[in-house]
Amino acid sequence: MAEGKPKIEVTDSTLIPERGEGTIFSAWKISFFGALLLIILLPLLMPDPYWDILKFVPDGVLVTFEVTLLSISLALVIGLLTGLGQISRITFVNRLATVYVEVIRGIPLLVQLFYIYFALGKILRLQGIPAAVIAMAVCYGAYMGEIFRAGIQAIPKGQMEAALALGMSRAQALWRVILPQTIKIILPPIGNEFIALLKDSSLVSILAIADLLRRGREYASTTFRYFESYTMVALVYLVMTLFLSRLVGIMEEHLHRKGR
Amino acid sequence: MEKRTDPTLGPPHQFLDTSKSPASPTNRTPRVRIRGVSKNFGSVQALRNVNLDVWPGEVVLIIGPSGSGKSTLLRCINRLERPSSGEIWVDDDCVTDPRTDIRKIREEAGMVFQSFNLFNHLTALENITLAPQIVKKIPREEAERKARALLARVGLQDKESAYPSQLSGGQQQRVAIARALAMEPKVMLFDEPTSALDPEMIKEVLDVMLALAKEGMTMIVVSHEMGFARAAADNVVFMDRGEIIEMGTPEELFSAPKEERTRRFLQHIL
Repeated sequence: MAEGKPKIEVTDSTLIPERGEGTIFSAWKISFFGALLLIILLPLLMPDPYWDILKFVPDGVLVTFEVTLLSISLALVIGLLTGLGQISRITFVNRLATVYVEVIRGIPLLVQLFYIYFALGKILRLQGIPAAVIAMAVCYGAYMGEIFRAGIQAIPKGQMEAALALGMSRAQALWRVILPQTIKIILPPIGNEFIALLKDSSLVSILAIADLLRRGREYASTTFRYFESYTMVALVYLVMTLFLSRLVGIMEEHLHRKGR
Repeated sequence: MEKRTDPTLGPPHQFLDTSKSPASPTNRTPRVRIRGVSKNFGSVQALRNVNLDVWPGEVVLIIGPSGSGKSTLLRCINRLERPSSGEIWVDDDCVTDPRTDIRKIREEAGMVFQSFNLFNHLTALENITLAPQIVKKIPREEAERKARALLARVGLQDKESAYPSQLSGGQQQRVAIARALAMEPKVMLFDEPTSALDPEMIKEVLDVMLALAKEGMTMIVVSHEMGFARAAADNVVFMDRGEIIEMGTPEELFSAPKEERTRRFLQHIL
């Protein structure tokens, strides 16, 4: 067994549960079930603002999901292309991908949102959600590109050589040999990006998009129940991200059991 | 092309030995022809003006100290490395010609690696069937039927659904040999196939290689397995510092090396 298991660094974000974590009071369980319990108990015990808020925010949750899912799908495509571009031996493609990553990573997401929504949006006549999705996807595509690149490069080069030696083209080797193995090791960082994107999607509330945060803000500004509104908003975000992090953990575990 | 005869190569006696080769027009040309090949890695010269013919059905063992260019030479044959100068032919296809479709040559030249390089995300069977399916467009059922036959041939018929991580090193290497054979190559290139194996697993791999040699497969083997050399090799090539120093039958080279460098090297490994 000459080759060790390829590993790449996991980005910092919500903790992904360790495999086989079985204790009753794990940090994840305390946070997740605690938040869930509060979401259920608060409206029951104090229906006055909380029940109203709970009825008011689900529309926003749907918009948050919509923006997140659309953005992540587009970001994955951009990320894959960027990652492939970064390992490309064609100089132009390589530079293009690398410059894209450098530029995007150097500009705050909020500035990018403003730029695409206000600066470009006026020229391109983009609606709120499409503009937001494009901005988020362009931004996260750059980070995804880095993950794809690192993932592809973490596969031992003997795998590509073996595929080429069997007469496969580079493209065939990439699709059938390298990328399937890459997916397995980049799943945790991709999952973390997904969760980070879900959280960052709250930034689009600034663009008059009625996402979860925006709905909470609207409720607060009409009723002046700021504390209650934002408590509920925070709890709903928390339940969503923790649920997703567990999902990623389970998926990772499943993939681990299947192969290698 | 310049016709040079390297005195160290000796007469092409294999040319007359047609006992192992099928009577076909191709046995008039060497299966692999290497002419004046040099390879530089930056300022390091890995190969210097190497000339070698390997005839159909012939088994050639390449020995030499580490860094002598054995593996580089092997990897030039299927262009995993590009020679800096010189020419290589596999049958009538010129490997070093940029216009040649290298994939066709790679289909015909199977390679076995020191570190096996099985596809980790695929089962043993899938490892064998992948290339025939996507390169040769062989239907799945047929590819699987052939793969099972190959697994039986390397003694692993009960391991078809095992992933590489569930196999021992020797088993992985045998699957790797089956994977290369599935492309029905005309020549097999072995790059130190037993160097990464524990001693008790070396024999199972060598047995498979020996059987392959007996069936008349053309083989170029980079290895120091003297037992295999004596049992199967037609010729042994000794390389040092990027050059072929000496070449001969196993008996000639092992018992009566002509060159001092060969003698010194053999003292270390025999």
